[in-house]
Amino acid sequence: MRERIDCDVAIVGGGIVGGSAALFLRQAGLSVTLLERDWCGAKASGVNFGGVRRQGRPLEQLPLSQRAHSIWGRLPELLGTDAEYIRSGHLKLARSEPDLASLIAYRERTQGFGLGLEIVTGEEFRRRWPALGDRAIGGSLCPEDGHANPRLVSPAFARAAAKLGAVVREQTPVDRVEKDGGRFVLLSGDALEVRARFLLNTAGAWSWRVAEAFGEPVPLESLHPNMAVTEPLPRFLDVNIGVEGGGVYGRQVPRGNMVVGGGRGFALDADRARPQRDAVLTLMRDAAELFPQLRHAHVIRCWTGVEGYTPDRNPIVGPSRTTPGLFHAFGFSGAGFQIGPGVGQTLAELVTTGGTPMPLEPFRIDRFTPTA
Amino acid sequence: MSEVLPPVIVGAGPAGIRAAERLVAAGLRPVVVDEAARWGGQIYRQPPDGGFTRPKTALYGFEAGKADAVHRAMAAIRDRVDYCPRTLVWNCEAGALDLLSEGASEALPFSHLILATGATDRVLPFPGWTLPGVFTLGGSQVALKFQGCAVGRRVAFLGTGPLLYLVAYQYLKAGVEVAGVFDTTPFTTQACATAGMLRDPATLAKGLLFVGWLRAHGVPIHNGVRPVRGEGAERVDALVWRDARGQERRTACDAIAFGLGLRSETQLADLAGCRFRFDEADRAWLPERDGAGRSSVPGVYLAGDGSGISGADAAELAGERAALAMLEDLGRPVEAARVKELDGRLARIAAFRRSLSAAFPFPVDWADAIADDTMICRCEGITAGAVREVARSGQAREMNRAKALTRAGMGRCQGRMCSATTAELLSRALGTGPDGVGRLRAQPPIKPLPVSAGAERREVA
Amino acid sequence: MALLQRVAEQGRRVVRFTLDGRPVEALEGDTILTAMLTNGDRLRRTEFADTPRAGFCMMGACQDCWVRTEEGERLRACGTFIADGMRLLSNGEWNS
Repeated sequence: MRERIDCDVAIVGGGIVGGSAALFLRQAGLSVTLLERDWCGAKASGVNFGGVRRQGRPLEQLPLSQRAHSIWGRLPELLGTDAEYIRSGHLKLARSEPDLASLIAYRERTQGFGLGLEIVTGEEFRRRWPALGDRAIGGSLCPEDGHANPRLVSPAFARAAAKLGAVVREQTPVDRVEKDGGRFVLLSGDALEVRARFLLNTAGAWSWRVAEAFGEPVPLESLHPNMAVTEPLPRFLDVNIGVEGGGVYGRQVPRGNMVVGGGRGFALDADRARPQRDAVLTLMRDAAELFPQLRHAHVIRCWTGVEGYTPDRNPIVGPSRTTPGLFHAFGFSGAGFQIGPGVGQTLAELVTTGGTPMPLEPFRIDRFTPTA
Repeated sequence: MSEVLPPVIVGAGPAGIRAAERLVAAGLRPVVVDEAARWGGQIYRQPPDGGFTRPKTALYGFEAGKADAVHRAMAAIRDRVDYCPRTLVWNCEAGALDLLSEGASEALPFSHLILATGATDRVLPFPGWTLPGVFTLGGSQVALKFQGCAVGRRVAFLGTGPLLYLVAYQYLKAGVEVAGVFDTTPFTTQACATAGMLRDPATLAKGLLFVGWLRAHGVPIHNGVRPVRGEGAERVDALVWRDARGQERRTACDAIAFGLGLRSETQLADLAGCRFRFDEADRAWLPERDGAGRSSVPGVYLAGDGSGISGADAAELAGERAALAMLEDLGRPVEAARVKELDGRLARIAAFRRSLSAAFPFPVDWADAIADDTMICRCEGITAGAVREVARSGQAREMNRAKALTRAGMGRCQGRMCSATTAELLSRALGTGPDGVGRLRAQPPIKPLPVSAGAERREVA
Repeated sequence: MALLQRVAEQGRRVVRFTLDGRPVEALEGDTILTAMLTNGDRLRRTEFADTPRAGFCMMGACQDCWVRTEEGERLRACGTFIADGMRLLSNGEWNS
């Protein structure tokens, strides 16, 4: 006996984008069915580094990122948990004069977006972050950026949506999706059929399948950011650290563990990935160089995830160009965690009002030249 | 090409040593990697260098002959194996192991691998189980055998399994006061299971001797016991327990040795990609192996307690059998009669193990009695209540989800000490069997890896 | 004061080390766990609750016996042997 659900909006993918979209749609009173193949927030949304960071994003992402920023500020009210979210500040380090110059240039370019960036160098830098020693000549601080526990935040959005009445189905892969007249029809095996007026494609690294089903092939590549965490250490770091020019990044959680990231893992298959030995060892070496406090520490766990990357590293966000009622949001290219709830809210706005003040032009799905 | 790489054996206990011996006899030169400083494994662990003088009869008792034979077997092939003691295998990835020794990491590629990774005590928590003075049964035996130390002056032995009586007996023999043996198995269960144990009269006789010896020395033996709590502030000073009639009682002691049978070390098999199945007898997910020790991954073989608890005698046989399977797969001649003999003996031991697990059943109701505020994850300090909460609220229906949401199993030990508990708590809260909540995925490093190893990489020659 | 009791093998060479700054003795071939627990009743205090721990499995599985040295090194007490001149700590570093 196949179960049938009729609703306003069907969402494929229960990560932070799909989960937050479901929450905001329920707040607007629409009926929502969220289908998740795995567990909500168990993929890239739940296993990423946990940086809640606006600093360093390309300018075109900043309006969405700012919108997300205000949602992060309301986390306990929205989710009933702070999910270990702290506005610790995000400090991007400059190891050379040219790196410092590019941080200064970024601050100039982003004036007016409200990031409040502060360039700190020399004596003052060493006074404020003595733990960083002299491994950087200065840095750019975004005081209200921070970090959170992705394992807790991302499932919490879907859970909050469910509490408000969204139908959330986990372990429910979507095998077929099509538009039948005015309705989207989603099939999960023989067990479930969902019919909806609107469809949100928020399936992360697997979103290309839905897009392709509606004639919108996208060059999405799966990559696997490599992460490691140490045993708990006495607190020495209160900001989320990045480095200009990339490489290693790190944050120390209040329990004392140091979470560091850098390099890439490898795919076991289309759904699973593992850290890669050389990447892990390189990450450990680079992290120890940046944070001498790790000299005697041990890594207790490494992990990675499956994340969709686009060629220009900007996400695909906005209406389908082939199918009215379909909206995409995926391909965040390793930087979807902070911006996710802002995108979710924007999707809800697109569905409920038919438009959004957010500039989505840079994120059009048809911006890539077809590869075939 | 595939035969260019030497076979690799992880673990130098009875299984690993007998596997190595068989490969050497076939003219191969295996690499034997072991975390310990000396070969023998946990069961036949040798004392450290540095003036230890007790003879093997004192260290291994009835098993001294077997221990000595295993030790000698390795000594005899020492110059025909590449032996890597004090070496942790921290990862297995894409046909190579990652080794850590003397602070440096090195990748060891393999085409054929025998995992003989052994086991440690299976435990469930009770209030006070993290107090100083509470050790596993296996750990209490290690202290005595390996260090000439008792874990206390007056020791309570709690739990189930053959080790319970053996270690209590060994402590008594060493002159330590045994405050009591607190067996979770009801007396009637044990009596009924004795019939099946007649398959191995020697082992049964030893068990009866331990019990007789303990009784003769006035050691109280209680059956059908459940722990209530270990008491003490900075260290344990009493075991409070409930007897078979439900009466709460208190026994003063300065140490508790406890365990509920053994638990296989399966992390490397998982990282190697082996398929797992739920084993009812061990109440655990184990890597699949055929009768010869072949895993689901070609070239990866499993032997000994690391892939299912069957004891040291079986480990020796299984190690040799896995080596023979490898030789067969390499197209080398193997002696069919020997294969047949090993298979027969392994089958007989397997039948006996079934009676043994009937005699020492896992106390399935223990988990229900764990109070919500009892710490289940020693590393991260996570309580039973936290796990039950994510189950009851529908947030976690399997182990990895419970780990992600609660941190149980996320700490230094990677779930070795808490995953049995988490599985029991989750499955009972969800009303499934213990097989219904899956298993923790292994993650590298399988034991803590010094950050400094990142700068200390050895290139493979 | 001592958690572990020596019942055999006491004819070994004496090894001298310090425990929380106090000069103490152990025997050659002792693990750090044995050396510390024959001179005291804990190895460390936990990070999250500041409660005492003294190891558990003694075979390198439970990872509960990590101790630190005055130099800041971290050693797994059950699998590392004591050596002359080691300077070991059993005090919490988390509430300081």
